Amino acid sequence: MSDALILSPLDAIHRELGASFTDFAGWDMPVRYSSDLAEHHAVRTAAGIFDLSHMAEIYLVGPGSGAALDYALSGTLSTIPLGRAKYSLLLNDEGCILDDLVVYRMGEEEFMVVANAGNRFVAADAIRERARGFECVVRDDSDSVALIAVQGPNSATILAGVAGLEVEGLSDLGYYRCLHATFGSTPMIIGRTGYTGEDGFELYIASSDAAELWRALTAAGEGHGLVPCGLACRDTLRLEAGMPLYGHELNSSLKPEQVNAARAVDLTKDNFVGREGVQAGVSAGAVVLVGLRSEGKRAGRADYAVHSNGRTIGTITSGALSPTLGYPIAFALVEPDFAELGTVVDIDVRGTAIPATVISLPFYSRKAQQ
Amino acid sequence: MSIPTELQYTSEHEWVRVEGDIAVVGITQYAADALGDIVYVDLPAVGKTISSGAVVGEAESTKSVGELFAPVSGEVVEANKAVSDSPELVNSDPYGAGWLFSVRVTSLGELISADAYAALIAE
Repeated sequence: MSDALILSPLDAIHRELGASFTDFAGWDMPVRYSSDLAEHHAVRTAAGIFDLSHMAEIYLVGPGSGAALDYALSGTLSTIPLGRAKYSLLLNDEGCILDDLVVYRMGEEEFMVVANAGNRFVAADAIRERARGFECVVRDDSDSVALIAVQGPNSATILAGVAGLEVEGLSDLGYYRCLHATFGSTPMIIGRTGYTGEDGFELYIASSDAAELWRALTAAGEGHGLVPCGLACRDTLRLEAGMPLYGHELNSSLKPEQVNAARAVDLTKDNFVGREGVQAGVSAGAVVLVGLRSEGKRAGRADYAVHSNGRTIGTITSGALSPTLGYPIAFALVEPDFAELGTVVDIDVRGTAIPATVISLPFYSRKAQQ
Repeated sequence: MSIPTELQYTSEHEWVRVEGDIAVVGITQYAADALGDIVYVDLPAVGKTISSGAVVGEAESTKSVGELFAPVSGEVVEANKAVSDSPELVNSDPYGAGWLFSVRVTSLGELISADAYAALIAE
């Protein structure tokens, strides 16, 4: 175990719970507590609690915050109402993706940008650089802010019963809405957001109070099937929900239109970093992101080749035997000629060609199951 | 971490129970835990001749793929169908119902004691 790994403020709790750990972007984070399948199913049918303290929280405060974000990111953030969250992209000058993020508007002149742990410094540096000249302060509080997610159909019931949590309007809080709350005397932010495809909440609180909040949530979850969940099931949950993961489906050589993310780019706004690159479009043969479904139990995994008639036409970016659906699913970047729904390709699963069909995303939708 | 003393082990995290000229093979609890929930197992075909050290199958979890190595040389006499149908047996009972295959042994490979294996995984 490298002592260079960063420990979560909840580290002692995870060790108490007997978690297995993994190095995630330099953080020593729980990969599972007992069974990643059981944790996955708990989130789909009841509720799970996740430590996501590795995620980066970057704040913009000041009258020019919204305008700074409009310039720095792909979407229009200045006009989102107070208490809303919005998915956006950080692009480079070429219009390629440096990170995907969620922006929460927490005040008329205050925004919280949540970036991937592995892109923390890329995102913070870029936003700080791009915000220069706008009337705002950029603050990277990632080291002092913890993030706990409660995800699953029972999560609203669980949050309603947390001792010490004072919040108004939680029961009416819509998807991708957020509000201020207090836990004891500590201010916190609650968003109805997540990365699992289920109803759920993400709770941002000072690291020093995170352990107490975790225990209060766990106590409130008794009788509601709440189980601690690691990053292994988070990955299969987000994959089923058709959500991209930076470093897999998104990277700095891909443009939004290649990965179904054009909706996160607002070309109607005046000027923003990456605009010209996005407008220039992509070359004729540029790969595009698709969803693949196979039969049997053998899943394609990241970096496996995708073939058609023996020729390599793409690469798997993420894949797993879907715990909810029971068949293998995968994201792949393929040549555009093979992106049409219903196209049959082969995944090279360690030397065996496994047929797969291009299907629509997401693989799993909680609405479709109801 | 369970490491039954009556079994022999390999550095590839497999266990071997030698009964006469038959060796029953499985993976250790340590290996099963490290893989996570196993969702697919590819076992060597009955009748196949295998030699110790060679890759003879795979165990896939939701997160990763582990290769199965032949810990001994000989002919495969049985592959555990229960595990093919219910791979989770490898996680729940790695030394019992989760056994993988058995071999009529012509020569044993490099096997180590439970103590030596415990020392290996403690490293």
